[in-house]
Amino acid sequence: MNMSVGWVFFYLLVFPGFLFTSVVGLLYTWVDRKVTARVQFRVGPPLLQPFFDFFKLLGKDTFVPEGAPRSIFLGAPLIGLASVSVLSTVLLVSNLFPRQAFAGDLIVVLYLFAFVPIVLILGASSSSNPISALGASREMSLYLAYELPLLFALATIVVKSGGLLKIGDLLQWQWTNHPFLYSASGALAFVSAFLCMQAKLGFVPFDIAEAEQEIMGGITLEYSGPVLAILKLTKAMLYFTVSIFLTIFFWGGFRSPRHGWYHILGWLKPLAIIVLIILIKNTNPRLRIDQALRFFWSIVLVLSIAGFILASVGL
Amino acid sequence: MLKGLKKAALARSLWIYHVAASPCNNCDIEILDLLTPRFDVERFGLLLTGSPRHADLLLVTGMVNKKVLDRVLRVYAQTPKPCVVAAFGSCAISGDLFVDSYNFAGPLDKHIPVDVYIGGCPPKPEAMILGVMRAIEKLKKLKDL
Repeated sequence: MNMSVGWVFFYLLVFPGFLFTSVVGLLYTWVDRKVTARVQFRVGPPLLQPFFDFFKLLGKDTFVPEGAPRSIFLGAPLIGLASVSVLSTVLLVSNLFPRQAFAGDLIVVLYLFAFVPIVLILGASSSSNPISALGASREMSLYLAYELPLLFALATIVVKSGGLLKIGDLLQWQWTNHPFLYSASGALAFVSAFLCMQAKLGFVPFDIAEAEQEIMGGITLEYSGPVLAILKLTKAMLYFTVSIFLTIFFWGGFRSPRHGWYHILGWLKPLAIIVLIILIKNTNPRLRIDQALRFFWSIVLVLSIAGFILASVGL
Repeated sequence: MLKGLKKAALARSLWIYHVAASPCNNCDIEILDLLTPRFDVERFGLLLTGSPRHADLLLVTGMVNKKVLDRVLRVYAQTPKPCVVAAFGSCAISGDLFVDSYNFAGPLDKHIPVDVYIGGCPPKPEAMILGVMRAIEKLKKLKDL
């Protein structure tokens, strides 16, 4: 792994890091809104709508509520943005150039994924708004609910591949054998990781922490202007990153060396995952926080542990 | 150029916050009609938000009375500028049949700057879309924001 510092910054800031991920992420939110509109027999917003929203928010005022610590309130979204940029860079680079992956990047990815809810909780609970604090507490419970099944799902594929901890090696394993999704244990792990990611993104039925109609946006309630734009951008980038994450770990990645024409078609895999997420989002009502906890700790956890046991006996 | 971008983006993405200043609920029901699939205002980038901090367009419904006036002013102050205010329905525009009421605090434009007037009791969804289009045109013509 010999990279010059310039290349590292290029990867981080332009491709496949910050710039690329944010543009694709904002387009993903358009896909989200358009599919939602079509489900409801509407026309839906134009293609550039997320970009209009973003630039509009950049041009507005920002308020810091009275009694909120300025540095934490304004700094938390920036940390979130930075961590999602690094996360998407690590994931995409490890698929595009599997040889440049570093040892233990799977664990780094897990840590970076944990950053987003933590940052949201920090920002919301520092805003000195009781409703935001309620959103923060719900986000915290939800995080506790989905983190364990997610870890089990990842442990499943690590066991299945015989203890590989590098994303590049995991991909190599899938290319020489088969994608994890096509085995019994891998399929169970995929289903539980998929549901965890739905909760991680804060989408219906797990949008309990944001609940527009109930606690008025919860964790983002006090944010306005450019800071809100950063939060929305982080969410959009996370959207893209989650689809890439599921594709890489369960579906053999969006790019594999065996198929030439597959290079372009492979990008449809994350898109297919996203459409599935949107359809679930549109056909389910919001759960209460206790229902969500029960769902993750009973059904999803049992699913992922079953997958783990199947993987340990080699299925 | 940056200003132009800012203005163009604002005109294409007005997020609505619905300020209920003692309405009879009729206007409010009609606003919900506006957001149904039949009229689909998301085509124009309009979204309903739950917090005035996220809003660009305040739809003020109802006859502003002395008790609610303080709240309306506070919500207006909490909305990040630049924002657009619409007086929604006859009550917010003029007071309608409550003009002689003992607690009527005057029409809305006496207290905060109003950009568009959407008349009717309640306004029809078509009238609301027209009003929003007028707000967008007005935003586009503004020299500076």
